[in-house]
Amino acid sequence: MKRNTIILTAAGVLLLFAGMIMSVHIGAKNIPVSEIYRAFFHYDDSLNAKLVREVRLPRMLLAVLVGGMLSLAGTMMQGIMRNPIAEPSVMGVTQGATLAVSIAAVSSFAGGIYGNFFMGLLGAAGSGILILVFTMGKASNQSISRILLAGTALSTFFLSLASVVALLGNRSQELAFWVAGGLRQAGWVQVAVVAAAGGFFSILAFSYAGKINIISLGDDAAAGLGISPERIKLLIILYLVPICGVCVAAAGNIGYLGLFVPHIIRKLIGNDYRRLMPLSFLYGSTILVLADIAARTISAPYELPVGLFTACMGVPVFLMLVRKEKR
Amino acid sequence: MKEKKYGFRAAVCLSLLLTVVLIALMVGSYHISPFQIVQTLLGSGSKLQNFTVFQIRLPRIVLAVIVASALGVSGGILQGITRNPLAEPGMIGINAGAALFVVLWISAGTTDYYSTLPVLTILGMPLLAMTGSLLSVGLIYLLSSKSGIRPVRFILTGIGVNGGILAVISFYQLSMSKGDYNQVLTWTNGSLWGSNWNYILLTAPLVILLIGAVLFRSKNLDVLALGDELAAGVGLSVPKERLLFLLLATFLAALATSVAGSIAFLGLLGPQIAKRLTGPVHGKMLPMAALISSILLVGADVIAKNLFSPLEIPVGIVVSIVGVPYFIYLMIKER
Repeated sequence: MKRNTIILTAAGVLLLFAGMIMSVHIGAKNIPVSEIYRAFFHYDDSLNAKLVREVRLPRMLLAVLVGGMLSLAGTMMQGIMRNPIAEPSVMGVTQGATLAVSIAAVSSFAGGIYGNFFMGLLGAAGSGILILVFTMGKASNQSISRILLAGTALSTFFLSLASVVALLGNRSQELAFWVAGGLRQAGWVQVAVVAAAGGFFSILAFSYAGKINIISLGDDAAAGLGISPERIKLLIILYLVPICGVCVAAAGNIGYLGLFVPHIIRKLIGNDYRRLMPLSFLYGSTILVLADIAARTISAPYELPVGLFTACMGVPVFLMLVRKEKR
Repeated sequence: MKEKKYGFRAAVCLSLLLTVVLIALMVGSYHISPFQIVQTLLGSGSKLQNFTVFQIRLPRIVLAVIVASALGVSGGILQGITRNPLAEPGMIGINAGAALFVVLWISAGTTDYYSTLPVLTILGMPLLAMTGSLLSVGLIYLLSSKSGIRPVRFILTGIGVNGGILAVISFYQLSMSKGDYNQVLTWTNGSLWGSNWNYILLTAPLVILLIGAVLFRSKNLDVLALGDELAAGVGLSVPKERLLFLLLATFLAALATSVAGSIAFLGLLGPQIAKRLTGPVHGKMLPMAALISSILLVGADVIAKNLFSPLEIPVGIVVSIVGVPYFIYLMIKER
């Protein structure tokens, strides 16, 4: 297992690096790598240099951050719920944030980028609390089918409300882009907020990897080892909420990323969350960067929602996991 | 459940439906008093009243009743054969399959709007929707069958397929012009906008026929709901009957979706409320489910039409907003 981890880390870093360079290089106008280098170290006012610094670079960094964080969030959720299908978009957390962001986009009381972030946090918090109440209540509520049905119902609910808001504000097609997820609004402000707020809570979450290991063994085992499972679950959800909130506010509702990335990594290196979480972050970043390149180029000059690609990869994994259900 | 009690409750629900229908006839951008409505229905209304009632409001209400009955019965069947009170055509991908095909049709076809669609399109829609939902059910069936169909796996697979189809739909939605997009939105969220007598002539006979077939065989559904072993013990061919009822439920949901788009949660609310009123016998429960779903949908449509007037929101959204809290309540209560 140890060797696998090293190989996987090295491959992931290489892939991510290649993806990052490609992401800056490829676009409506391909920018040669030498000019990218120049834009970094010998900045002049040329169009290409501006393009790199103001458009491509923030977008690429946002993809790295959001991809990593969403996949990290999925990993943690699966750990504390002991459920391979738990994931922010399956459970309705990102949809709650989507609703709040759509309210911000239509109304004037919380406009602007920071308003979006604030509302995203609020929405994610609301749905996070609902899920907490639901899963903490009874042990029977932790079975896969119930969690899934509850999550589906919640997301339908939030998206319905969001459609009403969008229809009233005459923004419904914009909302569809939010719902499908995309990185076209990327700018330095988004990168900064996601990096600061999301990064802070991600690091906090990483420090709990050992505790998640114990919880994933079962509540009784955790209690036996002197750890209060309820407290850790609560803390992890508290960390999840801001991570999901800023990601949705910056990039819309990108689904299933947190489902299939951790699943594949888990298959390769086993269930140790101390390695699982960083590697999920790494591969989540890589996949979102690559998916974003695909989203921009496949039907250029139009942009496809990047959530479509993550859904294409995630739904088959989801179906495979469900097929294993015994009942 | 005693016959008398059942009759009484059915009568109460029926009068409730009539009340909602009356309200739906009255309220709108042109208000008509109850007295005038009775006059109009008896054939002595003014030209304006005649037009409003017979060409706009009545077809819409009748269509709502047809759609709601189909979805209510479809949900009731699915809950019976999966033995899961939360099964519902909208959530396990049946409606989504139908909606996908209609969306593909709209995006491939004309730029015309709903009301001016050629006759061929209007005739083709139900057929197309049925093909789509059949394909999606076939897919769910295939993916979830592993040494037989297990109800929970069937539902979970359905949720996954639903998610996949919705992603594909959203892809088409985004690459559309604004006019097409709004048309598709009414499909994916469910709306009774643009209903006219043609739709009713097309769907009503089929829906009545299918519901009749279901009620005729409802005893077998009762047996299926007992569990596989018991049903097989009574001498029922479980896989065959289950497939038959699954097909009937699929067709009903597809017909509803073909004229009103994908309305979620109605197939959940109707049967669940009905079960509390009539008990679990399907022969009584399913008609009641149709009745209750009709009350809900006609009522929801009044809200959808008038709450933000002159803007109309898709009725499916109103149903979801009412339905989800109830759904969550059911989940928390039932173990």
